[in-house]
Amino acid sequence: MGLTGLEIYKQLPKKNCKECGQPTCLAFAMALAGGKASLDACPYVSDAAKEALDAASAPPIASVKIGKGDRELVIGGETVLFRHDKRFEHPTGIAIEVCDTLSADEVSAKVDAINKLVFDRVGQTHQVDLVAVCNCSGDANKFVETVKLVQSKSNYPLILKSEDVDAISKALEIAAEGRPLVYAATAANYEAMTEVAKKFQVPLAVKGDNLDQLAELVEKVVALGYKDLVIDSGSREVSRMLADLTQIRRKALKERFRPFGFPALAIASNDDVVKEAVDAGVYISKYAGIVVISSADPAVILPLVTLRLNIYTDPQKPIAVEAKIYNIGNPGPDAPVFITTNFSLTYFCVAGDVEAARVPAYVIPIDTDGISVLTAWAAGKYSPEKITDDLNALGVKDKINHNKIIIPGHVAVLSGKLQELSGFEIIVGPRESSGIPSFLKQRWNA
Amino acid sequence: MAVSILKERWTSKLYETTIGTGDKAVKFGGDSTLPYLQFEGEIPNRPAVALEITDVEPTDWPDFLKAHWEGVLADPVAWAKQAAEYGADLIALRLDSAHPDKGNASAEDVAKTAKAVADATDLPLIVIGCGVEEKDGAIFPAVGEALAGKNALIGCATQENYNSIVAAAMVNGHNVIASSPLDINLCKQLNILMTEMNLPAERIVIDPLIGALGYGIEYAYSIMERSRLGALTGDKMLAMPVVCFVGQEAWKAKEAKDVESPEGQTWGEQGTRAILWEVMTSTTLLQAGGSLFVMRHPESLKKFKAHVEEISKSNA
Repeated sequence: MGLTGLEIYKQLPKKNCKECGQPTCLAFAMALAGGKASLDACPYVSDAAKEALDAASAPPIASVKIGKGDRELVIGGETVLFRHDKRFEHPTGIAIEVCDTLSADEVSAKVDAINKLVFDRVGQTHQVDLVAVCNCSGDANKFVETVKLVQSKSNYPLILKSEDVDAISKALEIAAEGRPLVYAATAANYEAMTEVAKKFQVPLAVKGDNLDQLAELVEKVVALGYKDLVIDSGSREVSRMLADLTQIRRKALKERFRPFGFPALAIASNDDVVKEAVDAGVYISKYAGIVVISSADPAVILPLVTLRLNIYTDPQKPIAVEAKIYNIGNPGPDAPVFITTNFSLTYFCVAGDVEAARVPAYVIPIDTDGISVLTAWAAGKYSPEKITDDLNALGVKDKINHNKIIIPGHVAVLSGKLQELSGFEIIVGPRESSGIPSFLKQRWNA
Repeated sequence: MAVSILKERWTSKLYETTIGTGDKAVKFGGDSTLPYLQFEGEIPNRPAVALEITDVEPTDWPDFLKAHWEGVLADPVAWAKQAAEYGADLIALRLDSAHPDKGNASAEDVAKTAKAVADATDLPLIVIGCGVEEKDGAIFPAVGEALAGKNALIGCATQENYNSIVAAAMVNGHNVIASSPLDINLCKQLNILMTEMNLPAERIVIDPLIGALGYGIEYAYSIMERSRLGALTGDKMLAMPVVCFVGQEAWKAKEAKDVESPEGQTWGEQGTRAILWEVMTSTTLLQAGGSLFVMRHPESLKKFKAHVEEISKSNA
């Protein structure tokens, strides 16, 4: 268990300098104990105190960095079991396997396909995170050649997947600079593998045959002085892996069980792409820091990156879409104009139902900091003034040859003032977006 | 090193609900732990899967989806038989024709359709109204009567129309879907109101109004996790099994429908993508605690059931 605030306070310099952002050292100590501050914020703490405190105040699940620069992936650092308790911190890294039994052309083609897996969603770019080069051939030279080729064609961080210490060692000679993850140290090779990871200062995955063996192995690797770790229970069946991932997360958070205080890796690779995708989806929802799959098919990756975006959204901070004029279908100057908010769920509902009505239209989300119609209205973020400003800024009047805008039924009360300020004729739309198709039928062009 | 398995001690469990009669009756719920943690508690029933059919030919279904229902889309009786052949556990009949924009069929007309479908299949029935609360309140007395004794699941009852739907269920021996918009307090409140009419709690199924993958699934996911945790810690008004209307949401997603746009061209083959959209929406909500799934594509049903087989293996 972690130290109490008072125990931490004893180790601090007690200068009350406020440079950490807290009013006193005691307040800082309490914040540390509650996991709300990091010791790095104190410029005067002694090295001895740092060492004593670091071990005790370490987060329940370590953060691990893989790769370097723009593509650096951070995993772990999680603090809750359920996203509604706070939020999940670091989205699961998605890794795609490339086997060294493929020919050079096949490797190139697969890496090209991986490089193309870039999707735009709600104004953000989403992609996979890692390429796992697998030593399926068992031949160290082939492995090194494949690593070299993959590196030359892509700047994704790598997972070097081999249990052969010699192959990993040779691959690290050319790839260590990019901080790849080594997978894996096992009961058979952990001493030598840990030495190699230590020598090149790269993160190391520890793989057991089950939870018991994993815990034992992690303790041995930590005893060798290495803690930059990712852990894998070795299970490959989805129901078993769900249980393992749950135990790893629970024991780390609720019991501060140190051997499980690292991000977990789950391998979902399967020849059946639907099974592989669905299993990977379970692992994304339930606690995996990294999930490894074999397919680079966008039809498989798109649902997975979307799921990851959803699960890792901060429940306290809704996703917003960009406030601009969206064309649904090919709207002309006589098309209806729907005003909504930029809460992504609200926007998607409105856009979806307008699309379902098969009437080309403009949909304009007003920037409400990503909150829904009624909440935004209650908070004063959906006022006639604000809507008028946004509509003017977007130049809505130049797009249409009529003078009508449709506002959500829930804020009918805005009509008078909005009409006066904006000069538009205000039509009150349905309260729920599902009413849009029949609203258009009855009220538009009728 | 033997790792001691950390088990939560839950004090309560989900109600177990049965729909239909005889050999083909379907039972779901009854779980006494979080989804698929067999090491911790009992999961006595598999999730049930319904295929959705409508009483008027759907106009907004993509061709890829319609192709698997060729020749039956305008005939709910033939459609129901086809759905049974595809392996559905239940038939979910949607009475779209009652919608004021889709023909505004009378209560008597839709009741006749419901009866015809019920007579044509021995699978349990879910009967869903047209979604206009007032109209649904008006049709269910007749629909409920036409299906008397079938132990069907009817809905969706809302704060506005639960009175007449619950009454129809109680008189004719049916179960009710209680629908509330993504809010755990509203959900609980509606369950309380319905049980106050003396509808037994095990005859209620919760519909939290899910969204598809990419379209708000995270809201339903968290509401469902919270209501399962509530149920397991003793809140009886959150202990009803949850139904997920996956088909209607997943097949609205542009990722499932799109074949033409330049963006859609980079998303891979529509078949795999669309099926995965429906399946992964379901498997994700299965992890959040769903017990009854209403799907539209026969292939999705097959893939989902294959996953259920895998995830149901003991991890104790």
